[in-house]
Amino acid sequence: MDFNLSEEQEMLRTMAQEYLAANCPRPSNMLKELRNDERGYPPALWKGMAELGWMGLVFPEKYGGADGNFLDLTVLLEEMGRACLPGPFFSTVVLGGLTILEAASEEQKQEILPKVSNGNLILTLALTEPSYSYEPSGITVKAVPQGDNYIINGTKFFVPNAHIADYIICVARTDEGITLFLVDGKSTGIETEILQTIDWSKQCTVTFNNVKVPKSNIIGEVGKGWEVIEKVLQKAKIGICADGVGLTQRAVEMAIDYAKERVQFGVHLGSLEVIQHYCSDMAIALEACRWATYKTAWMLAEGKSCAQWVAMAKAYVSSAIQEILFTALHVHGSIGMTVDHDMPLYFKRSKAVELTFGDASENLELVAQEIGL
Amino acid sequence: MEFEFTKEQDELREEVREVIEKHIKLGNHKVMSDSFFIERKEEDMAGAEALSKEMAEHGWCGMTWPKENGGREMSYLDRLVVQEECQLYSFMPTWFAGDRQMGPSIMKFGTKEQKEYFLPKLVKGELTFGIGMSEPEAGSDLAALKTTAIEKEDHFLLNGQKVWTSGAATADYLYLVARTDPDPSVPGARACSEFLLDLKLPGIDIRRVESMNGSKEWCEVFFTDVKVPKSALVGTKNKGFYQIMEQLDYERAGIERIMFNYALLVDLTEYVKETKRNDKPLSKDPLIRQEIAKLWTEFEVGRLLIYRVAWVLTQGKVPNVEAAMAKAYATAFCTRLANTATRIMGLPSLLRAESSWAPIKGQVCASYLCSPGYTLAGGSEEVLKNVLARRGLGLPRE
Repeated sequence: MDFNLSEEQEMLRTMAQEYLAANCPRPSNMLKELRNDERGYPPALWKGMAELGWMGLVFPEKYGGADGNFLDLTVLLEEMGRACLPGPFFSTVVLGGLTILEAASEEQKQEILPKVSNGNLILTLALTEPSYSYEPSGITVKAVPQGDNYIINGTKFFVPNAHIADYIICVARTDEGITLFLVDGKSTGIETEILQTIDWSKQCTVTFNNVKVPKSNIIGEVGKGWEVIEKVLQKAKIGICADGVGLTQRAVEMAIDYAKERVQFGVHLGSLEVIQHYCSDMAIALEACRWATYKTAWMLAEGKSCAQWVAMAKAYVSSAIQEILFTALHVHGSIGMTVDHDMPLYFKRSKAVELTFGDASENLELVAQEIGL
Repeated sequence: MEFEFTKEQDELREEVREVIEKHIKLGNHKVMSDSFFIERKEEDMAGAEALSKEMAEHGWCGMTWPKENGGREMSYLDRLVVQEECQLYSFMPTWFAGDRQMGPSIMKFGTKEQKEYFLPKLVKGELTFGIGMSEPEAGSDLAALKTTAIEKEDHFLLNGQKVWTSGAATADYLYLVARTDPDPSVPGARACSEFLLDLKLPGIDIRRVESMNGSKEWCEVFFTDVKVPKSALVGTKNKGFYQIMEQLDYERAGIERIMFNYALLVDLTEYVKETKRNDKPLSKDPLIRQEIAKLWTEFEVGRLLIYRVAWVLTQGKVPNVEAAMAKAYATAFCTRLANTATRIMGLPSLLRAESSWAPIKGQVCASYLCSPGYTLAGGSEEVLKNVLARRGLGLPRE
């Protein structure tokens, strides 16, 4: 049993904190500037992250990466969550890159991953559809073989950064089952529309109108795509939990700082027992979120079977962080609801983290199955 | 990071289980729901004592202590492994408090004579302790205690009363906190001392207090002109409060805090699989599935927080904030488990353990009646949140 990060992981955390504090100090301001920006992130920031080796952190050296593991990535994701960093890191590295690493051919990996590692490629995963299901039965987008190609038709929903993605990995139904396709983002017949989301994150609808994809662009085996998605979803769930832990950490710090400064009734707000208990409740729940996330991230990094822990962690984090953010905002009073404050952005992000990849109920049902109910 | 026990710890677990299984069969064990609160009947006590003694013979009492004090210098995680196995069987060794709290206090603050007398006996599991802190007017506000021990020529003269003293009626010693500075203008935090009080001394009257679950483990302890030998003083006179604060960090967050009613969680899970209502198993009801899955999730996450406390101790640090967090989380969970279980089971959860109709040995009713105590003993949830807010989060006093 060892609850410490390694020295290298602590260094990574410090480096990430310093870089993000310098380059993304007030995420709400940044987002305001970016609201009408097509990309949704400052390219200089992205370039800086690539130079620090973040995009390649989790990929093997032969693909230009740093040979890190999922626990390393978890540390980085927590810090990005803490900074409320906008941009396509999660969709590129976690949803796209890890899918490729898991199932793509050597040739595909050689083609894609080095470019991901050096920050020159943006990826995304087109998984969910208007049914919002994370089950294979929810996949209705269809791919039909035609000569050396497949023809894809249908609509995907809540695909992050699809409008700027160089490649979209499309989870589609073929006669054999679920199959993954590496689709060039500029293919004829792809239409994307940016959704107006709660936190202005760039989520898209992607409509495939007779999109032609060469058979050589299938990732993994035909009909075996869902097995890959299940593995990637486990990492995506814990990855977004780490994002949630980071953003919640920051929100709790903001609330505590405010409680220490704000004077009401002639005393500091934070001296009132009711406020102290709110703060303690937040700290306890956050601690629980943190260790559930890190334990599971460690299991994933070690390649241990952990379906139950993934579902437990996502279930716990989903409901806890939303409650924490509500309390953190509440401690601020009305100032916490104004657009010039960072709190609203964290509040919105927490709701997105709660609901993405299944909320508490959906994941508790998975826990129920795992414990034999 | 590493979230698994070592091979040696897994082997230790096996060894402990083998010893316990000689005395108690898993699944067929007497359910305590909370070993602190359920009355230990005489016929059970004999068995509990035999098992406790055998465990001590294996070196599992005082296992974290230094070798010079009869310990084995094993880690707090090793100790956790042993205690976790006990909890699986709802078993609390009779030497539990001595191992956790009294031994370490004596080692840290005791005299040479106290160490020589108490530690060898403690390690063999031969002595049992009550903890004499709470009083009628000093619960969470321990510093308000009124029992006095006034220093005389060759003794301290003890007068006053303790209450909620679990197990005092059968214990050998009381770990007592009393005011040694009678001047009421001196705050309690600077006026108290700790004593190892022999409960056979004249002038001590112990009366059992019946709690709402029928247990008579709680006691009131009255002191009338008890002459306490000076050799019973632990540490420095009037510094008792500072000594206690550290002990409480050790007391607060052992694995038992989240496993008070673990047997109930296990048995309830089986119960919902096996029990049909409206022609289908309860486990197929979506709401019940959610509740049981949530309980297991909260249990596992809480257990992780407790593991962390033990790990902090292995790092040679006092787990002040970690223990406060873990205990607040864990005991709130145990309370929620008891209440949720009554709602899942419905009417049969009203049946006491004595009823032959009571499902899963009447644990739901028993645990529910213990459950308000989970968040009270060893520092109430509110006190812990105060500790956390002020010491951990740095929130101001005014």
